[in-house]
Amino acid sequence: MSTLEIRDLHVEVETESGPKEILRGVDLTVSSNETHAIMGPNGSGKSTLAYSIAGHPKYQVTKGQVLLDGEDVLAMEVDERARAGLFLAMQYPVEVPGVSMSNFLRSAATATRGEAPKVRHWVKEVKGAMSDLEIDPAFAERSVNEGFSGGEKKRHEVLQMALLKPKFAVLDETDSGLDVDALRVVSKGVNDYKASSDVGVLLITHYTRILRYIAPDRVHVFVNGRVAESGGPELAEELEENGYVRFTGTKEEQPA
Amino acid sequence: MTAQDSDLAGPVASTGGGTTTAPGSPVLDVDPGIKTASSPKTAPWEERHTSYDVEAFEVPRGREEQWRFTPLRRLRGLHDGSASVSSPAGVVTVSVQAGFGDSASDLAGSGTRLETVGRDDARLGDGGIPADRVAAQAWSSFDRAHVVVVNEARSDDEPLTVTVTGPGEGKVAFAHLQLRLEHHAEAVVVLDHRGSGTVAANTEFVVADGAKLEVVEVHDWADDAVYVGAQHLSVGRDATIRHTSVTLGGDLVRLSPVINYRAPGGDVELDGLYFADAGQHFEQRLLVDHSVAHCRSRVMYKGALQGAEGGTAAHTVWIGDVLIRKAAEGTDTYELNRNLLLTDNARADSVPNLEIETGEIVGAGHASATGRFDDEQLFYLMARGIPEAQARRLVVRGFFGEVIAKVRVPALRDRLEAAIEAELEAINS
Repeated sequence: MSTLEIRDLHVEVETESGPKEILRGVDLTVSSNETHAIMGPNGSGKSTLAYSIAGHPKYQVTKGQVLLDGEDVLAMEVDERARAGLFLAMQYPVEVPGVSMSNFLRSAATATRGEAPKVRHWVKEVKGAMSDLEIDPAFAERSVNEGFSGGEKKRHEVLQMALLKPKFAVLDETDSGLDVDALRVVSKGVNDYKASSDVGVLLITHYTRILRYIAPDRVHVFVNGRVAESGGPELAEELEENGYVRFTGTKEEQPA
Repeated sequence: MTAQDSDLAGPVASTGGGTTTAPGSPVLDVDPGIKTASSPKTAPWEERHTSYDVEAFEVPRGREEQWRFTPLRRLRGLHDGSASVSSPAGVVTVSVQAGFGDSASDLAGSGTRLETVGRDDARLGDGGIPADRVAAQAWSSFDRAHVVVVNEARSDDEPLTVTVTGPGEGKVAFAHLQLRLEHHAEAVVVLDHRGSGTVAANTEFVVADGAKLEVVEVHDWADDAVYVGAQHLSVGRDATIRHTSVTLGGDLVRLSPVINYRAPGGDVELDGLYFADAGQHFEQRLLVDHSVAHCRSRVMYKGALQGAEGGTAAHTVWIGDVLIRKAAEGTDTYELNRNLLLTDNARADSVPNLEIETGEIVGAGHASATGRFDDEQLFYLMARGIPEAQARRLVVRGFFGEVIAKVRVPALRDRLEAAIEAELEAINS
């Protein structure tokens, strides 16, 4: 049983007109086997929360804590966080030319597991995980994310999660840009991993669509850099009905 | 990293320009632009003249197009005739073995041989004629030349290793080497330069009709070495050359390969890999002279640079001149240069030039880009648990991957990968 605790987290980014505060005191606790949906309008700071947990250098934490089973995550380097059991499925996965997917996956698995996986076992494991996500085996020899479609990139993010077996996974708009078929495959990948592990999931999304596939235990409405309201799955249904207007005071942001 | 690409198939056009990245500046990438031939600017090759005689060339002062990137003071007098006065004379030694690395052995059979010849040997000059003063100085000054003759189709499994060793620290040498493939000969050759000293050299690659040469020219000199070399590549009818140039060591290395097509059907690939550390100046000046019809050229050079804080900058220069003359109908050419700045205090100059005098071509294009190490790539890899030093290695290995993958001598590929790792260790330690 693990716990990821975010306490009064304040984060700013450097802009042309000086530092700008994006997160203004986020409090959130996720435990193993729980799935929390974080929903909010564009610009509310959802992705900043995701990147701050992973340790992207662009985001400066000015106050607050992130604790993984009591350990200070913010004191860890990016790679240490991953090895401690945190995983971020990125909204925009990065292309790394010249580095093959298979080499990358093996390097990552070796790092997070603390030893190189046995070759025979590993090949089988990757093959199986790729097949579960309906990924053509030929992708293993392609450069990381290079020339992948949006859907292919998202499948590979979930593939990495399945192979690296994190304690907590932050899925940053993993549903964005996916057609229905791809959404189904990606969601199945997440659900399979949930079923086979004790992972705690932070599912960041703008839309309620993915929640039809991945059932949340808790739903948090994220507005203006903090959690505005928390509730059960019924909160997502209310958002689907009424949008974010109750929280933002404008009608512009309609979740679909 | 950003890129500028242009593909030209218009009737008459030329492009020229440059990319410079100075310390502290962000990624810069200058579109070379496209100009018509009526532009008043004189293309570099129009000024180009050739001669075996050193006195046919003015002593460079540093402003000349050919020399403007080269720190002349570091040439130890190779450019102004004072080198042999100020330093004792030495010799460059050349040896040839069959195989590469641990498996190399003495040459057997008569199909391949090393000859040491005098200046009057009629074959010398078949590759090309010097086009700058240092190359002409080398031609005017050497005593004996080495000629490696291949008159057989050698198996890919048995590369030739030609080892060229410098004269030793403090000494100067003028060298002449010709690698000669007779009709329909085939060979994979590792031309391995190492050692110390100051060297000016001409290297001829004479590839006869139907012959096929795959050569990796490695410059892995000691820290003190200065090497200024002209490579003359002569391409016979339907001949193939794949030349990979690798520059890893030396204080200053300047290479000027020129492709001379002798008849239609020539096919040349020039690849390059260079890795410059603090204080090193590595310069590559290419001229692909499409003077006859239906020839092909592909150029792909990749460089990495890492300076040291407070030290002298790492500096690389890449000039890629491609000329398609009026007679060269059916030409197919593309050139690419990419530079990766791993640290501050590094400067990469990249200047592709393309001049096209006939519209009847298959294709012509170029690309040049210089960029900083991509922190987003680093973040992505580290976010998967991969430690920073290893993540950097993966990215740099990936950057050079497509050049190294084309080297067909496995033991040499291993050596190049190890050399790159060793370079990277230096900044991660």
